[in-house]
Amino acid sequence: MNQPIKSTDIHQSILDDQKSQDRRKMMINGVLLLVLLAAPLAIYPVFLMKILCFSLFAVAFNLLFGFTGLLSFGHAAFLAAGGYTTGYLLSNYSGLGTEMGIIAGTLVATGLGLAFALLSIRRQGIYFAMVTLALAQLVFFFFVQSEFTGGEDGMHGIPRGELFGLVSLEDNLNMYYFVLAVFIACYLLVQRVVGSPFGQVLKAIKQNEPRAVSLGYNVDRYKILAFVLSAALAGLAGSMKSVVFQLASLNDAHWHMSGEVILMTLVGGMGTLLGPVVGATFVVNVEYQLSQGPLRDWVDPILGAIFVLTVLAFRSGIVGEIQKFMRRNLS
Amino acid sequence: MTMTKKLLTSAVASALMVGAAQAEITDNTVKIGYLADMSGTYRDLAGPNGLAALEMAIKDFGGKVNGAKIEVVSADDRNSPDAASSTVRRWVENDNVDMVAGLVASSVSIAVSKILEENDKLGIVSGSAASSITNEHCTPNHIHYVYDTYPLANGTASAVVKEGGQSWYLLTADYAFGHALEGDVTRVVEENGGEVIGKVRHPFPTQDFSSFILQAQASGADVVGLANAGADTTNAINTASEFGVTQSGQTLAALLLFLTDVHALGAETAQGIQLTTGWYWDMNDETREWSDRFMEETGVRPTMVHAGIYSSTLQYLNAVAATGSDNAQAVREQMMDTPINDMFAKNGRIREDGRMVHDMYLAEVKTPAESSSDWDLYKILRTIPADQAYRPLSESKCDLVNN
Amino acid sequence: MSMIFGVPLAVLSGQLLIGVINGAFYALLSLGLAVIFGLLKIINFAHGAMYMLGALVTVVLFDALGINYWVALFLVPIIVGAFGMLIEYFLLRRIAGQDHIYSLLLTFGVALIIQGVLTNIYGVSGLRYTMPDIFKGGVNLGFMFLPYYRAWVIVAALLVCFGTWFIIEKTKLGSYLRAGTEDSQLMQGFGINVPLLISLTYGFGVMLAAFAGVLAAPIYSVTPVMGSSILIVVFAVVVIGGMGSIGGAIITGILMGVVEGLTKTFYPPASSAVIFLVMVVVLMFRPTGLFGKEA
Repeated sequence: MNQPIKSTDIHQSILDDQKSQDRRKMMINGVLLLVLLAAPLAIYPVFLMKILCFSLFAVAFNLLFGFTGLLSFGHAAFLAAGGYTTGYLLSNYSGLGTEMGIIAGTLVATGLGLAFALLSIRRQGIYFAMVTLALAQLVFFFFVQSEFTGGEDGMHGIPRGELFGLVSLEDNLNMYYFVLAVFIACYLLVQRVVGSPFGQVLKAIKQNEPRAVSLGYNVDRYKILAFVLSAALAGLAGSMKSVVFQLASLNDAHWHMSGEVILMTLVGGMGTLLGPVVGATFVVNVEYQLSQGPLRDWVDPILGAIFVLTVLAFRSGIVGEIQKFMRRNLS
Repeated sequence: MTMTKKLLTSAVASALMVGAAQAEITDNTVKIGYLADMSGTYRDLAGPNGLAALEMAIKDFGGKVNGAKIEVVSADDRNSPDAASSTVRRWVENDNVDMVAGLVASSVSIAVSKILEENDKLGIVSGSAASSITNEHCTPNHIHYVYDTYPLANGTASAVVKEGGQSWYLLTADYAFGHALEGDVTRVVEENGGEVIGKVRHPFPTQDFSSFILQAQASGADVVGLANAGADTTNAINTASEFGVTQSGQTLAALLLFLTDVHALGAETAQGIQLTTGWYWDMNDETREWSDRFMEETGVRPTMVHAGIYSSTLQYLNAVAATGSDNAQAVREQMMDTPINDMFAKNGRIREDGRMVHDMYLAEVKTPAESSSDWDLYKILRTIPADQAYRPLSESKCDLVNN
Repeated sequence: MSMIFGVPLAVLSGQLLIGVINGAFYALLSLGLAVIFGLLKIINFAHGAMYMLGALVTVVLFDALGINYWVALFLVPIIVGAFGMLIEYFLLRRIAGQDHIYSLLLTFGVALIIQGVLTNIYGVSGLRYTMPDIFKGGVNLGFMFLPYYRAWVIVAALLVCFGTWFIIEKTKLGSYLRAGTEDSQLMQGFGINVPLLISLTYGFGVMLAAFAGVLAAPIYSVTPVMGSSILIVVFAVVVIGGMGSIGGAIITGILMGVVEGLTKTFYPPASSAVIFLVMVVVLMFRPTGLFGKEA
């Protein structure tokens, strides 16, 4: 009991732990990849793409909220900016490849993200959330007023076109594997970022900002970078969504969408890599299944109940709770 | 031009398909998908009770068509074109849905019609107001059944101008629907020798209208026109009555009011307002008989949208029975060839742009003294004949119309 | 007629008065939020739903039973406030001490449940509440027709706002409240039932929202969703005033009513966005709002 523990032992055990965790993670990721590749055989591809787009959106949001500790209440603006830009370009410039449209949408969202970040980054806590909300409301107002968005009617009939002028995306399966490839690339990117020294600084900021400052980090710059990256990925999600569904609408820009991505992240487990994906899958499924079934008039109250239950009972989210359980029982 | 090309190929393709697949009801089932707002702002005008109307129609038809089963699936569109299009895509691509009914928010109807066109299935839009649905957004795969902004403006505005309401002030909801209505009203007012002397575009939605009502009062216009819908309109009417708009000699003209809205306002507040409607439950024995049955099912009186869903579903099933096919083009053609004269519509006819034109009615909300019950709300002032009510084909921007 | 920026002076004065009336309304709503946040650090996203409940209970329960307006004005806030205390007791208490964000999400969920369930019962077309006879009609001020009821709204709202401010900032009860919520252990030691104090405070904030709801019942279309769009506007008001500042919420509420009123005159389409513009600008120069204490 009172035996002194050698620090090398601890070190070794942490390393072992790390290794076995890495192995477990690899295995989980491998299985997931197989599932995703085979999924369209069993499940309707457009529905899968919807899940992937929202997963990417939630992953982007989580990078900021879960890993940096900044709660943005305005992420809908980036989703919509990406979607509208891509939709507008692809509808009006038929020579443009789909990939160029998506890149352009992502860039516009990135620029908007930078503007948001510069205006909001020095605000703390709830004030940060509220400034992002206010800015997103102004963006919403711009989209409502602009002719090119089609206002309340939305933007319709966006052509899916061809990828690099070669692969027709009209075909649902082609479209699916394209969306999947982009999603996986982004997921790996976020994984890389979180594990990098940059990601460590973000976590340090989340845990204790004054300490990060006193360690000599230019905290604002790190936060801005995280914000812009998050906005870019959210915009990419919106761009792809507009191509998949061939439409872009005000729903994407509404503050309810900013709330929904918080719910997805929270339900799945914020601050975990897989959490937002699980959360988005869960929420999209719940909404879809409920809206079809006998409970279709009760979608909102049931979503509300999920909010309440998550906050009260599963604050770490689905993935977070599983991790906790595994840690308790497997180590 | 790509559009026309697409239409041509789809027309050729469907002509071939009609030849090949005619006289067949695929998988021996006619499957109808009911898609509407079940929980949001447009819930009461169609919503769950619209599904009840649809099911009444199927029951009245006999539950089977040429021996094939009739199945119904339904979903909440959550007023979101995304949610609506993923639902409908799955319905038509995976679940063999043949016809989509309901369809309320314009954004939803437009999004759904594009998917139906791609998959060559049929849609019958009953709830939407936008006249663009059969104008620039027309497809060979949908029909717009109950009403649109064109006759609303046409009926109400021309009637009010003719009664001496020369100068107008418009309160417009600041989105596509409001703008369209504003444009239509302005045109009609001017054509009849009146003038729009001012307008204000208010955000959608707005709860407090006092500021806008005050501006309308200050304008000194004869008529205050409300180019908005739903809660915006009821709030505006409430505020107008509170601020004594009618007492000071101005007339209120609401361009889109549903029976449920007027019921919510009550005769006391809404009395004297003129409006255009496609149908009213208390017009004749036929409408009363059907409405009584509807009320037994749902507990409320039907709006024109509820009645339209019932009527259009019956028309659809009759067409399926007549052609022996659930092919969208065959059924649509059959429906276009069949004049509609039923409980819902008089002199009804489906045009090539998909617009169902029928007689519309100019109504006035009764005073509390005239109204004998909660739902006894309108008196019909006159009939607007079908051929005058809707946008003439000569003005159409629809690619299906040969201009 | 004298004109200001192309708008007749008479019209402008009317708009200013309307702005103040709406501002008083915002003040009442944001005051409740500010009390709840300032004293309990709870971000109450159910505030719009509580406002709606105030109006809906007035119509459904009281009007149907024939109970008059004045009784409703007194009783409905108490009923809804008690309901709020139940929410605090059964739900919010369980996440005390956690990050603010959880209270936001929890109350947002509660609001979705309440609105959704009531929508299924009462629909969305709106319920009607007959204006009490005493308020029918109005007075012509020369530049505008002022309905008696609007005049009453401004009086009632300002009275309640001022009373609340006075109780919290200037009385012994208020100092207990502030002390109890800031250092609960100390107050517990003095024999004060702090959990009850917290429930009561939350209930009181909710009462203010419900009171605004009763005031709204005769003039707005009463629907289960009437609170959802006003919610974030009121939030913006509280943030501009400085979260937790009682006086700030009242003054900013009135100010924003006027700003919105002027926008409705000069550029109406922007009237729903102008508050957010003000918020961004204010927070750029004053990070904790106009009247907030420096964090």
